[in-house]
Amino acid sequence: MPSWVLSATVFSPLAGAVLVALLPRRDGLLRTVAILTTLLPLALAGWLFWQAPLGEAGFWLTERGLWVPAVGIGYHLGVDGISLPLVALTAFLFPVALVGTWDAVRTRVKEYLVLLLLLETAVLGTFLALDLLLFYVFWEAVLVPMYFLIGLWGSERRAYAALKFFLFTMAGSVLMLLAIAGLYLATGTLDFLRLLGAELPAQGWLFAAFAVAFAIKVPLFPLHTWLPDAHTEAPTAGSVILAGLLLKMGTYGLVRFCLTLFPEVARAAAPLFMALGVVGILYGAAVAYTQPDVKRLVAYSSVSHLGFVVLGTFVLNPQGLAGALLQMVNHGISTGALFLLVGVLYERAHTRDMDAFGGVARVMPTFAALSLFVVFSSAALPGTNGFVGEFLVLLGAFRKDPRWAALAAGGVILSAVYLLWMVQRVYFGPVRPEVRTFAPLRPHEGAALVALVLAVLWIGLYPRPWLARSEAAVQSLVQRVASVAEAASPGWGGRP
Amino acid sequence: MSLDLRPLFPELAVVAASLVALVGDVFVRGPRARMAWPVAGVVAVSVAGVLVWRAGDAAFGSLYARDALGNALQAVALAVAAVGLLLARDYLVRTGLDRGEYYALVLLSTVGAMLMVASQDLLFLFVALETLSLPLYVLAGFARDSHRSQEASLKYFLLGSFASALLLYGVALVYGVAGSTALSRLAEADASFPLLVGLGLVVVGLGFKAAVVPFHAWAPDVYEGAPVPAVAFMSVVAKVGAVGALLRILPATVPHLLSAWQPLLAALSAATMLVGNLAALRQTNLKRMLAYSSVAHAGYLLIGVAAGSDAGVWSAVYYLAVYGAMKLGAFGVLTFLERAGVEADEVEDLRGLADRSPAAAAAFAVFMASLTGLPPTAGFVGKFYLFTAALEAGLLWLALVAVATSVVSVAYYLRAAYTAYLGPARAGVRVLRAPWAGVGLGLSAGATLLFGVLPGPLTSWAQRVAALLR
Repeated sequence: MPSWVLSATVFSPLAGAVLVALLPRRDGLLRTVAILTTLLPLALAGWLFWQAPLGEAGFWLTERGLWVPAVGIGYHLGVDGISLPLVALTAFLFPVALVGTWDAVRTRVKEYLVLLLLLETAVLGTFLALDLLLFYVFWEAVLVPMYFLIGLWGSERRAYAALKFFLFTMAGSVLMLLAIAGLYLATGTLDFLRLLGAELPAQGWLFAAFAVAFAIKVPLFPLHTWLPDAHTEAPTAGSVILAGLLLKMGTYGLVRFCLTLFPEVARAAAPLFMALGVVGILYGAAVAYTQPDVKRLVAYSSVSHLGFVVLGTFVLNPQGLAGALLQMVNHGISTGALFLLVGVLYERAHTRDMDAFGGVARVMPTFAALSLFVVFSSAALPGTNGFVGEFLVLLGAFRKDPRWAALAAGGVILSAVYLLWMVQRVYFGPVRPEVRTFAPLRPHEGAALVALVLAVLWIGLYPRPWLARSEAAVQSLVQRVASVAEAASPGWGGRP
Repeated sequence: MSLDLRPLFPELAVVAASLVALVGDVFVRGPRARMAWPVAGVVAVSVAGVLVWRAGDAAFGSLYARDALGNALQAVALAVAAVGLLLARDYLVRTGLDRGEYYALVLLSTVGAMLMVASQDLLFLFVALETLSLPLYVLAGFARDSHRSQEASLKYFLLGSFASALLLYGVALVYGVAGSTALSRLAEADASFPLLVGLGLVVVGLGFKAAVVPFHAWAPDVYEGAPVPAVAFMSVVAKVGAVGALLRILPATVPHLLSAWQPLLAALSAATMLVGNLAALRQTNLKRMLAYSSVAHAGYLLIGVAAGSDAGVWSAVYYLAVYGAMKLGAFGVLTFLERAGVEADEVEDLRGLADRSPAAAAAFAVFMASLTGLPPTAGFVGKFYLFTAALEAGLLWLALVAVATSVVSVAYYLRAAYTAYLGPARAGVRVLRAPWAGVGLGLSAGATLLFGVLPGPLTSWAQRVAALLR
C-alpha cells in the first residue's frame, strides 16, 4: 500500500476547501462539491481499514519527510491499530454530518463549508501525525474553524460559547507546547518513534502538561465546563463534529502520548484518572437528568460517556483499553446521531425545550424508530455498539477493582434513565398542537440517520473487525506500561 | 585613507531613490505621473534588497560592517519598506496627502534602520537611530490638517528625544569606562557598575523605539493619531532597527556579561508581554488595540534577546521577519476602510467586511491568527522558536509568562477577526477599492501563511545569521 495514502487522506478535504472557495456562490453546487470531497477521505480510510494487517502492533503504514530540516522537525504520518478506528470514524462522520444538515445553514454557505473541510483536514491530521510539532499544528488548527463555526452559525449565546471553547482548549494546549519544546531540547527530536526509545527527563511534569491539555479536551471532570456551552450553541453539524470527533482528540492524546511516552507516570497517576473518570460518569449523568434543554442533555451525556473512555484507558489492561478505543468510536456515532436528532427537531420546532415537544412519534414515525436505535446505542443496550464498548470497559475495571466497576455501572443505569425519560417526554405522550404541524423526515435527514443506525448495528452485532484491528496495538501498549518496573517510581522530578 | 563606499551601496541606492522622490515632486504634476513614485520607490528598494545579498563582508571604517546579521535585517527592513509603500499609495491619493515627501521619508527612515542594524559603534548607532526616528516623527504628523496627527507627532518627537538623550548618556558612560564607543572594545570590557549603567541606558533608549514597557506610553497615542499607512510602516521598521541593535549589542557583543543583563531583559520582556496584552484587551479602537499588540510583540521579541544564545538570536530574526508581514497586513486592512471621510478605526467598523470584501476579511483573520500565534501561520512557528530558546536558556518562568499572555491575547485578536464576519456593516463605513494596497496585503498574507506552512527555508536563513555572528 503506497504511503501517500495517508497524506491524501489528510489533505483531500483541504483541496476541497480551496475548490469550494473558488467556486461561485451557488449554495446547492457548493454543498454537493463539499459532500463529494468528503467521500474521498472516506474511500481512502475505507481502504486503510480493509487493508489493515491483523496482529501487527506497530505503525504498519508510515510516511516520512522533512518539514523544517533546519531544526530537525519532520513531516511524519503513520497509522496503527489505535489511530485507524478514529480515522475511519472521522472520515465517516463528516459526510454524514454534511448530508444530515444539508440546508440547515443558509447564510454564508461558502465560508461554512470551507471551515468544515478545513476542520476535517485538521482532525485527520491530529490522528495521523507522528511528529509532535506536526501533531500540535493539527491540534491547534482545529480551534479556529470550530471557533468560527460556533461563533457565526451558532444560537443565541454563540459568541460567548465560542470564546470559552477557544480559551479553555488553548490554555491547556500551550502548556503542552512548552512540554513539546522541552522534549525537543532534551532529546533533539520530536519524532514519536524516536522518542519511544529515548530517555525522557522530568517525566512527571511533561506528563502533567500533556495530560492537562488532553483532559480539557476530553473533557474530564472538573475541566468540562466549556463543553455544555459549546455543544449547545454550535450549529448541528458543528455539534456532531465537536462531540463525535474533537473530544476523541483528547482521549486519543491520552492513549497515544501520555500512556505511551510516560508509562511510569501514567501508572502512578492511573488511580487519579480512574477516579475522575468515574466522577465524570456519575456527575455527567446526574446533571444531564436535570436539563430541560434537549441539546444540553446530550451535551452532558458526553461528559458521562467520555468518563467511561478515561476509566477504560487507565485501568491499564487489555479489556479496558480495547473497550475505551471502541467506546471512542461508539460515542462518536451515537452522540453524533443524538445531535443530529436534536437538529432535526430544532429545524421543525425552533426550540430545544423538552416541554415544547410531545407525541413526535405519532407525527414522525420513521424518525422515531430511527431515534430509538440511537438512544438505545447511547444507553448501551445489548445489540448496539454502546453495549460492546461499555461492557469491555466495565470488564476491565472489574478486573482492576470491582468497586470501580460497580460505581461505573451505576452510570450505565443513570444514562438509561435520563435518555428514556427524554424519549418519553419528546416522542410519546399526547401530541402537542405545535408538533402536529411538523414536516415528515426529509430524505437527506433519513439517509444520514440510517447510515448512523447501520453503524450502530454493525459494531453492536459484529464488533470483531473493529476489535481485531486494534487488538495487537492494545496488547503491546498494555505490555509496555506493565513492563515498567514497579521499583522505578519516578515521582515528580523524573529520573535521576 | 581611501573611502570605500561599495559596502554602502544598498543604503546609497535607497537614499538616491528618496532624493528623486523629494526633488522630482517639485517638477512632476498630475495624478498619473505620481504613480511613478511608489513604483520608483519599490523598485529602488527591491534593487537594494538584491544588492544586500551580493554585498561582501567589506567594512567601512570601523563604524559600519556588513555582516550576516546586518544583511538579514536589512533585507527585512527593505521588504517592510516596499510593502509599506504599496499599502500607502491608495490611502495617500484618497486623502490628498500624495506628496513626494511621504515616499522620501519612508525611504530615509529605512536607511536609518539599515544603518542601525549594521553599526559597529555606539555613536554611529546613535546617528543611525536619529536617521530612523526623525522621518518617523514627521510621518506621524503627515496629515497636516488633522489635530490628532499633529498631536501624535509632537508627542512622539518629545518623548523620542528624551529617549535619544538617555541613549546618548549611556554611550557616554560606556565611553568613560571602555575608552571607546566601538563595539569591538566593548566586547573586551570587564563588568563594572558604570559600564552596566551605561548599557542599561542604551537598552532604555532602544527599548523606547521598540515600545518596551515601561517606555511604551507613547505608542497607543501615536498609533491612534498618525495616518494608518505610516503607522503600519513605523510599527515594524522601528522594531527591526531597535531589536536588531539590541541583538547586536547584547548577545553578540557582550555575551560575557550575560548574568548581568539577562535578568533585566527577561524582566522587561515579561512586563512588556503582560502590560501589552492586558491593555489590548480593553481597547475598542482598533489602532490602539494594534498598538498594544505591538507593545506585546516587543516583549516576545525580547525573549530572543534575553535568551542570549544563538537560538535566541535567530529566533528573534525569524520573528522580526514574520512580525513585519503580519503587522503590516493587519494595519493594511485598515487602509481599505473609511467612515464619514476619515479613517474607520473602531473594532466595530470591521462589521460586514466579510460580505463586502471576502478576501480582505480572510486576510485579516489570517493576520489575527498569526499575531495570536496559532498554527498554521508564521506567528506560531516564530513563537515556538522563541519559547524553545527561552527554555533552553533556563528561563522557564519567562516561557510560562509568554504562553499565558498568548492565551489572553486570543480574546482580543479573535474578537476583531470575528467582528469582520458579523453583519451588517455599520452606517457610514465604506470599503474602498485599493488595488495597490491589495497587492501589499496579498504579499503580507502570502508570507504569513508561507512561513507558517513551510518554515524551513526562512529558518535555515535565520540560523545562518546566528552561526556567522561569532
